[in-house]
Amino acid sequence: MTFIDIRNLKKSFGPTTVVHDFALSVERGEFVSFLGPSGCGKTTILRMIAGFETASAGSIRIDGREVTGLPPAKRNVGMVFQAYALFPNMTVAGNIAFGLKVAKWSNAAIAARVEEMLGLIKLPDIADRYPYQLSGGQQQRVALARAIAVKPEVLLLDEPLSALDAKIRVSLREEIRSLQKDLGITTIFVTHDQEEALSMSDRIVVMNEGRAEQIGTPFEVYNYPRTRFVASFVGTLNLLSATVVDAATGHLAIDGQHVLAAKAVEGRTAGDTVSVALRPEAVDFGGASEGRDALTGTVEAVAFLGAVVRIRVGLGDQKISLDTFNQPQLRLPTAGETVTLSFSRDDLLVVEPDGRS
Amino acid sequence: MRRSRFGSWLAITLGSLYFIVPLIGTFEFSLRMKRGTYSFEAYRVVLADPHFQASFTYSTLLALATIAVGTILVVPTAYWVQLRLRRLRPVVEFITLMPLVIPAIVIVFGYIRLYNSQSILPLTDSSFGTDALLCFGCVTLALPYLYRSVDTGLRAIDVRTLTEAAESLGAGWFTILTRVIFPNIRSAVLSGAFLTFAIVIGEFTFASLLNRPAFGPYLQLVGANRAYEPAALAIIAFVVTWACMGLIQVVGTVRDAGRPK
Repeated sequence: MTFIDIRNLKKSFGPTTVVHDFALSVERGEFVSFLGPSGCGKTTILRMIAGFETASAGSIRIDGREVTGLPPAKRNVGMVFQAYALFPNMTVAGNIAFGLKVAKWSNAAIAARVEEMLGLIKLPDIADRYPYQLSGGQQQRVALARAIAVKPEVLLLDEPLSALDAKIRVSLREEIRSLQKDLGITTIFVTHDQEEALSMSDRIVVMNEGRAEQIGTPFEVYNYPRTRFVASFVGTLNLLSATVVDAATGHLAIDGQHVLAAKAVEGRTAGDTVSVALRPEAVDFGGASEGRDALTGTVEAVAFLGAVVRIRVGLGDQKISLDTFNQPQLRLPTAGETVTLSFSRDDLLVVEPDGRS
Repeated sequence: MRRSRFGSWLAITLGSLYFIVPLIGTFEFSLRMKRGTYSFEAYRVVLADPHFQASFTYSTLLALATIAVGTILVVPTAYWVQLRLRRLRPVVEFITLMPLVIPAIVIVFGYIRLYNSQSILPLTDSSFGTDALLCFGCVTLALPYLYRSVDTGLRAIDVRTLTEAAESLGAGWFTILTRVIFPNIRSAVLSGAFLTFAIVIGEFTFASLLNRPAFGPYLQLVGANRAYEPAALAIIAFVVTWACMGLIQVVGTVRDAGRPK
């Protein structure tokens, strides 16, 4: 049974609609990420689930209970904020105990729960410290402990890692995911960082201009982007313009060079222009072979990115990048050299225009 | 660089002299009651006067009541404006500035007309009612200072996020205000309280026209009829004010010792 059921959710601020007919079903214990650029409406949806924003239309149900009109305090939803939002006048223990005191737990039960939470976030010795005495990572762990101490039905995480440095971000995201799995708590995570979304989520909702462009597992979203926006936002991608030669056989022309897609191009006819996507890591040097297409072009730039070398090749008016592992014994082409690139037909994806999910 | 530093010192010196010289003069004059020698006779006379004790006690209680009423009125208002009614901020700020531009005598005449014995709410009919009216009047006079202090305190914290965090933990408005917001703006409220105390202790117009036995009218009475005692009273008033300021600093420092700066 669906645990969180969001239907036709809409939010307008005056004449501006920031969320359009959003629908999502989340299973109990699932970790779902809202991924998208700033202003795409992901935080607004999260805030509507939390009760901080009133929906202009639509409904939100949690475990079968209609919560759309309920105030935040009545929803049993825990929230972790980007800016930590720890109460500066309270110690760590005071912060974690706050929700429990509001819920009128006994002092003994509160003390036990605070100790349990501190153990859970692996910071058992900081109970008497104040928020200003903690690092950013520690503060966010305490905020997480405070949110889950009251045993919420749903945990909402609003870009909780954005204010942290890169190293802490990686370790904390692993901790959050592990904690979420252990507790089995249904979680919605808002982020603009694709790496976070891809590494933590059971499913990702890619948002653009108030709409869900694609909902799927990280594997689906990364490997089979449905729209041009998803293709460009998730991972690095070559987006090329191609002309349909024969829609039924997937025959396309890219800057006059002929290739075959793995599937037929639906809804298009010969002469139409479509967008095709190709991941840099799916492209290799070499000619066409069984199941592989090839394109010839001129090397424009070679960039070292540490473990990976990115080579940019010009194909007439368009450009294509390919990634290869940085191996010292490998001979890399130089700028101006003519090269032939090949790729599997399965990796050549015809993507829809934005907003057609 | 050297020139600008000299200018700064000159400004500080002139400013300090402007405040200190009259104070020293007043203090020196207050010690001259006994002819030919310096003494604290004027202070002894003033402190022994039962009218001084009564009026000072009355004004102190009035100040405390004003601080309580003002805080209960201003903290939720400023909080709500900061949280939900930001567009109304200029309107609220304008209203709170009104007591600075409308003379106290105009306000008190308005009060007397509105709340006299012939009105629907005849507050001036009883002693308690008149005291309450004086207290409300003092709240009005202190509003510009109290509101600004509290508003500054609220701007220094992330009111919206703290409120939402508390809401998501199940807290209602009263709990949020008393346990999350108020403790985090305590220093700002104390500053406002100190200013209110100073205003109420020296308030004359309201107390005089409402005929209440406050410290302001007593000061005026003594000043009109005596020579050395008014100077002693002025020094006492300064000492009380400084003592209040020191106490607030001490309380603030002790309570803030374990809190973020």
